[in-house]
Amino acid sequence: QLLGFWASPFVFRVKWALELKGIDYEYIEEDIFNKSSRLLELNPVHKKVPVFVHEHRVISESFVILEYIDETWRQNPLLPQDPYQRAMARFWAKFAEEKLLEPAWMAMWSKGEEKEKAKKQTIEALEKIEEQLKGTQYFGGDDDKIGYLDVAIGWISYWLPVWEEVGSLKILDPEKFPRITAWKIRFLDHPVIRDSLPPKDKMLQYFHKRSDEIYS
Amino acid sequence: MAEKVKLFNTWSSRFGLRIVWALKLKGVEYDSINEDLSNKSPLLLQYNPIYKKVPVLLHNGKPTSESLVILEYIDETWKHNPLLPEDPYEKATARFWAKFGDDKVMSSIWSAFTNEGKEQEDAIGQAIENLNFLEEQLKGKKFFGGEKIGLTDLALGWLANLVRVFEEIIGVKIIDHERFPSLLAWTQEFAEAPIIKESWPPHDKLIVKFQAIRDAHLAATRPK
Repeated sequence: QLLGFWASPFVFRVKWALELKGIDYEYIEEDIFNKSSRLLELNPVHKKVPVFVHEHRVISESFVILEYIDETWRQNPLLPQDPYQRAMARFWAKFAEEKLLEPAWMAMWSKGEEKEKAKKQTIEALEKIEEQLKGTQYFGGDDDKIGYLDVAIGWISYWLPVWEEVGSLKILDPEKFPRITAWKIRFLDHPVIRDSLPPKDKMLQYFHKRSDEIYS
Repeated sequence: MAEKVKLFNTWSSRFGLRIVWALKLKGVEYDSINEDLSNKSPLLLQYNPIYKKVPVLLHNGKPTSESLVILEYIDETWKHNPLLPEDPYEKATARFWAKFGDDKVMSSIWSAFTNEGKEQEDAIGQAIENLNFLEEQLKGKKFFGGEKIGLTDLALGWLANLVRVFEEIIGVKIIDHERFPSLLAWTQEFAEAPIIKESWPPHDKLIVKFQAIRDAHLAATRPK
């Protein structure tokens, strides 16, 4: 069972992992603005989605869920075997979360100096990610298949352009970031990813609303 | 088998300490490179260009940074005395609480430590809420890892020592016996465990260092 919210990039990580491994699951939509008692019971610590329930085992925090899924269902592994490559994947996922996603979100809804600062941070972080893609099509290890890091930062391909539009920002410039742009196109074209995404207009509408709400 | 293992660290880093414990628990020999963070060595900047922080673990010439990432790397490379259990769900639980410790517990306690007045009160309230979850998680167990010290214990280890330093400086007891009997018992058990015990940074040095940090924070936020 996966408890989620239709517009959450964190939930989509888990969705993608499950679909890439061909795992059947029941999806339960949660209204995160009016949280159900079920959600609060299952995730009393953070009260957030995604929450993953497998045979009465309850797990939250998307990266923790990804690793659980990878260790429980061994087909189409997300993380590489080699401990150093695993460490690198985890490192970059954490980096992207703290230094890319958080400032990108901030850049979307904030204004003035705060917005400029957040935008700058986002672009700087993106430059580091661009370097990581040297010569590979995905972020994965030597086998160059879609993996943990692609899933972890997959939001860049679809959520970031939406946030850019809502926030009137230009961040993912194809000229400045040719490799990420190529990766983005390839990622969005993957059969599992392509068919799962929420409609863009709904996303724009939702994030516009959120942006205004947070700012006021 | 001579494997070259080096650890870039400082004498007081609560994150570096996790790595010292992990390496010692697994009996891995390593060279310690002591960094002065006000004057970082070129090697540190080369091996951790992204964050420029300690700890950094260098193994066979390959650097890893971010302490929780390093802990998992160590556990996967040297397989004896495992830090994480075999079962994926138990692993997930260990990782969840280690992350909770860093994301929520540490930030609320740090906020309590660097503030005063109402801000401090609010932060302490938040810290108590967070610590309650840990108290529940620990009920009936010797360590978060069960009978043996595990990844979560190492990740939360700073609670067993640094918090006492903070409490001494601000004159407030946060982890007290009434509210947190299991947690307090764990801090004592953990602090006294062999290998853990011998690695604690000197108490008086920590007091001096963190008093200065608190003073600097308060000076910066007090109205002029």
